[in-house]
Amino acid sequence: MYTQGLDGQPAEAAVVDESALEQRFLARVDAEEKIEPKDWMPARYRNTLIRQISQHAHSEIVGMLPEGNWITRAPTLKRKAILIAKVQDEGGHGAYLYSAAETLGVSRDQLIEQLLSGKAKYSSIFNYPTPTWADVGAIGWLVDGAAIMNQIPLCRCSYGPYARAMVRVCREESFHQRQGYDLMLQLARGTPDQKRMAQEALNRWWWPALMMFGPSDANSTHTGDSQRWKIKRFSNDELRQKFVDFTVPQAKFLDLTVPDPQLHWDESKQQYSFGPIDWSEFDQVLKGNGPCNTERLAARRNAHAAGAWVREAASAYAAKRRPSAAGVAA
Amino acid sequence: MEDQRQWPLFEVFIRARGGLDHKHVGSLHAADPSMALDHARDLYTRRQEGVSIWVVPSKAIIASDPAETDSLFEPARDKIYRHPTFYVIPDEVKTL
Ligand SMILES: [Fe+2]
Ligand SMILES: [Fe+2]
Repeated sequence: MYTQGLDGQPAEAAVVDESALEQRFLARVDAEEKIEPKDWMPARYRNTLIRQISQHAHSEIVGMLPEGNWITRAPTLKRKAILIAKVQDEGGHGAYLYSAAETLGVSRDQLIEQLLSGKAKYSSIFNYPTPTWADVGAIGWLVDGAAIMNQIPLCRCSYGPYARAMVRVCREESFHQRQGYDLMLQLARGTPDQKRMAQEALNRWWWPALMMFGPSDANSTHTGDSQRWKIKRFSNDELRQKFVDFTVPQAKFLDLTVPDPQLHWDESKQQYSFGPIDWSEFDQVLKGNGPCNTERLAARRNAHAAGAWVREAASAYAAKRRPSAAGVAA
Repeated sequence: MEDQRQWPLFEVFIRARGGLDHKHVGSLHAADPSMALDHARDLYTRRQEGVSIWVVPSKAIIASDPAETDSLFEPARDKIYRHPTFYVIPDEVKTL
């Protein structure tokens, strides 16, 4: 049921009338029915989902690193407990999403291998450093905030296992964003030094957070099919605009300044108008030249290698205890 | 030795509160059933989502085939007489 694909997926070539199947598939998508793992689906739909869900999973896993950096140095026990809970949630999100990807016929080992080899992508935002405690607040507020904006429509995505995983994720994200804002609020209302720290963190994370929504619609390659298949419901620019409109008043309440001199309320459009995004920076980080690309991947590889003996020991123990073990291992 | 590196998959079912059914919530990999229970606790009950957990090896689940959906479920569609609303009872008749 949830493991489809690993042990005997019907060869696509054996299908007699693919176009009829595709018509039926599209009709079901149009009718807002969910596509489930064992249902017929076009190979391109499957591959798009594998790419998107696994990138999403990798992002959750790598996303534990920038904040994990501060767990041992959180300023109070309360903040430390909150941060541990938040980072643990992100690990859980990665696990839900890997499971969803696996229903499409790719194995967990393959996915991990793609991340560790550098072949797979993850969200560029996690290639930025967290030099101060305020960055932890800025990440929760802005990065999780942007993620929520992206993820809420995914709860209605046409692929059942992905949609269900996203419902679970979204339920937990609100805590992430609020604890981040709460942290920023405390700093912004604190000493002048603390307030400056909060402002500098906002300066560092504002533009990368806007880039999280991906290239502008004019340059977005994957949007057409994804919208047709109801994987994606809103365009990158629509979501980015919504994020800006939600977030600017929150920054005002903190009495912090959004680092965009062109930012202003557009009375005619009833929305904020903001300055141009530096896409060359986005491209550089995407290509692996961000401030922490190498460090993040090295940390994941190291964790994987350092944990190998634990996984092997658990496997050996399980094999020893398996009641129907086929005699002596050959 | 056979390759046991990829841990088997388990499906996780949670009883949210006493008196309710266990409900499927997702899946996870674990080396053995007791690790599957531990992981299920960490992964699916961090906010008091449950009072009881079942884990079942995914291999053990036998699922119906979507291609047979019609032949399996269509026969029930026209048997509306199986529902109480099929029967019109005069207003005078009470508690029925
Ligand atoms: Fe997350
Ligand atoms: Fe989060």
